[in-house]
Amino acid sequence: MALRQQSKKGTRQKPKRAPRDYSAEVTSADIGALGWARWIWRQLTSMRTALILLLLMAVASVPGSLYPQRTADPNGVTQFFQANPQLAQTLDRFQLFDVYSSAWFSAIYILLFISLVGCVLPRIGVHWGELTAPAPLMPRNMSRMPAYAKFTVATPAAQKTAVDRATAQLKRERYRLVREANGVRAEKGYLRETGNLLFHASLLGVLLAVGIGGAFSYSGQRVLVEGETFVNNLADFDSFTPGLFFNADRLTPMSLSLTNFSTTYDLNNPSNRGIPIDFRAQVVSRVGAEGLPKSSVIRVNEPLELPGSKVYLTGNGYAPVVTIFDGKGNVAFDGPVVFLPQDSNMTSLGVIKVPDASPSQFGIQAFFYPTAAKLKSGALTSAFPAAGDPLLTMFVYKGNLGLDSGLNSNVFQLNVHAMKQVAGGKSGNKAIELAPGQSAKLPDGLGRVYFTGIKRYASLDITYNPGELYVLAFAILAMVGLVMMLFTKRRRVWVKIVEGGIEVAALSKHKDSNLDRMLEHFIKSAKIKNVTAKPAKKATK
Amino acid sequence: MTSVVLNPELDAISRLIVLGAMTLYSIAFVMFSVSLARAANAGKDKTQIARAALFERIALIITVVSVVAHGAGVLTRGIAAARVPWANMYEFSVTGSFVVMSIYLLSLIFRPIKYLAAFVTGFVVLILGSATTLFYVEVRSLMPALQNYWLLIHVTVAILATAFFMIGAALAFIYLMREWEWFNKTKSPLVVSARKVLAIMPKSDKLERQSYQFNIIGLILWTFTLIAGAIWADKAWHRFWGWDTKEVWTFIIWCIYMGYGHATVTRGWDGKRAAWLSMIGFVAILFNFTIVNLYFKGLHVYSGL
Repeated sequence: MALRQQSKKGTRQKPKRAPRDYSAEVTSADIGALGWARWIWRQLTSMRTALILLLLMAVASVPGSLYPQRTADPNGVTQFFQANPQLAQTLDRFQLFDVYSSAWFSAIYILLFISLVGCVLPRIGVHWGELTAPAPLMPRNMSRMPAYAKFTVATPAAQKTAVDRATAQLKRERYRLVREANGVRAEKGYLRETGNLLFHASLLGVLLAVGIGGAFSYSGQRVLVEGETFVNNLADFDSFTPGLFFNADRLTPMSLSLTNFSTTYDLNNPSNRGIPIDFRAQVVSRVGAEGLPKSSVIRVNEPLELPGSKVYLTGNGYAPVVTIFDGKGNVAFDGPVVFLPQDSNMTSLGVIKVPDASPSQFGIQAFFYPTAAKLKSGALTSAFPAAGDPLLTMFVYKGNLGLDSGLNSNVFQLNVHAMKQVAGGKSGNKAIELAPGQSAKLPDGLGRVYFTGIKRYASLDITYNPGELYVLAFAILAMVGLVMMLFTKRRRVWVKIVEGGIEVAALSKHKDSNLDRMLEHFIKSAKIKNVTAKPAKKATK
Repeated sequence: MTSVVLNPELDAISRLIVLGAMTLYSIAFVMFSVSLARAANAGKDKTQIARAALFERIALIITVVSVVAHGAGVLTRGIAAARVPWANMYEFSVTGSFVVMSIYLLSLIFRPIKYLAAFVTGFVVLILGSATTLFYVEVRSLMPALQNYWLLIHVTVAILATAFFMIGAALAFIYLMREWEWFNKTKSPLVVSARKVLAIMPKSDKLERQSYQFNIIGLILWTFTLIAGAIWADKAWHRFWGWDTKEVWTFIIWCIYMGYGHATVTRGWDGKRAAWLSMIGFVAILFNFTIVNLYFKGLHVYSGL
């Protein structure tokens, strides 16, 4: 799109602008449907429109940073709805929680890209023509060119020598040139328009690669406790977001086990104590039905690259292992429980639901303190994120867990509405406090709970996006195009034999403050002055 | 990385050096301003002109000394933290302003823009002032998400781009003053004296051209920042683009400067409107660095505050 309004007739833009020309916008009353269509197309593909759309896109992006977005921050949206239900509904009507997929945002960038196509396509043809055509014809009136000089050269022989020298110099400077009987015409800097077109075409490429790649992509999350194995099929993900054209058959047969998760915390520097320095998830992966097990380490910034997917480490926490015998002495629960970290010292919150216990169902709200410490108020807290002095505290609730209602229940939430608290709080019984290896009797004859050990878990993201590499390639091409365009000057030079002398002129197809200096330098290095006396006239504008 | 050794004592020294550099910049700023005022009122008085030039030369020497000290402050902070010194707002401000100053001094070799010195030193004093008082944090190790060589590439280029945009915007500002009709006509005494200062600066077309040259280099560097950021995001956050607040603002800034690039070659938009876009773009950068860092929720939570 750049350069569209540039001086077509070769007159350089003057520093003081001419009054705006509205004549192109004034249309006669009788242009018909085709005329209107043509007019609309011309408006849409004009650079002014593209420029306004570009700025409009900048403005339209702002609300997406002011309000939480469903794709980037779904929890933020939920919180916003809870805090301001009325306002949230109004905002939602204008798609302000989905700004970047909203109708109005899409409208802007689709129009922008139509404008871009309409601008770039015809120019590719024009540029191809220019690339294959000889250098532009000699202007009739050389002195009207923005850079111009004239010398007195007496004899035709000297004139010819001057033109020969100019031609040689133009060749050295890699001009494309045509030698004529009365002089030489030359042009260079075609890379500018090539770069311009490459830049804009590559932006189209980026958009297409993002769109098509996104349609075939998927992204899934899975929390994996040490010792657990994930198998790559839809049922084994905790959550899964497929692209538009995603097909479950595309999931590569693959399994992944977490053998060990470790965190390194800083213990040495006072101001830095407890800050995590490294997270390492040791995994064993197996690709295909008969693939060999391969062990590797996933770290932040270092995803595991498997054929057809990449596995990222996005979070971690503690999973205390708990065994519960119910009132009748049967094992009602046995295994690790994923706890959600609440602060930087990994005070974690977890919920255990025991639906199969008899005589009564019950649930437990539990806190896990990796390094337990008491605040002045007597409340427990964690003093360090590593498991130095672990403690598990439990609040027990008896009654219907509400799991049979058919609604999806959140594993991290205990709906205590219809339940009776029997341990902790105002229940009359103390909360249960267990160190690893300890056990305690549950009140009300509910059974007995054992805190048998601590495991760690890793939150993994398994993603696939076939467009990625194409997006990168087009982005790099766009950047190359941008540099080519901005650092190349498209210049024309003519040397012409006239009565009793020679004329030299130069023209740039864009703003070019160095044109005069370039021509001066050219005259000097071509050594045209050696052939002649001093320039008879040297006008520069 | 399994262990780090931080050096809080060295950091205290680094902070003192930075404060020292800031003081020197302040002195230079005052001298540059005085020099401008003297040159503006000198008329054809040769001794006055010479005195203004002398002031400018001394201020420039002080600035060079200050930049060296500033660089030492950046370096010692990096050694104290045992990593690159641009992982939180304090470090980004100190390193960023150092790069702004360095780029400006280097530009003086290629472009006669000494008249901008008061602007640039003033701006850097403001940045360092807020860095040492509002943004200061002790040396900390890098969170795992930041432990990557892209921190070196992505952030360095972003800082460089900012430096070029800053100079571009300062030039655009002077250009707009020159083109402001009321400013050029009013008889209000304050404006009359300000106009005298303006009179010793280059003409509009030169300002416009210089501003363009700085801005397009900034634009190319910013494009690279955007791409490098996406490559890193793909490694650290499992997607190359996710409309995180900082990504959004990086994109907004890119759109504004792309708009600027187009404006400079569109009749009716080159000149004043383009200059306004340059100013708006730089305001967006400052907004991105301050308000977005401190008050917007997102993944780029590295202010350290």
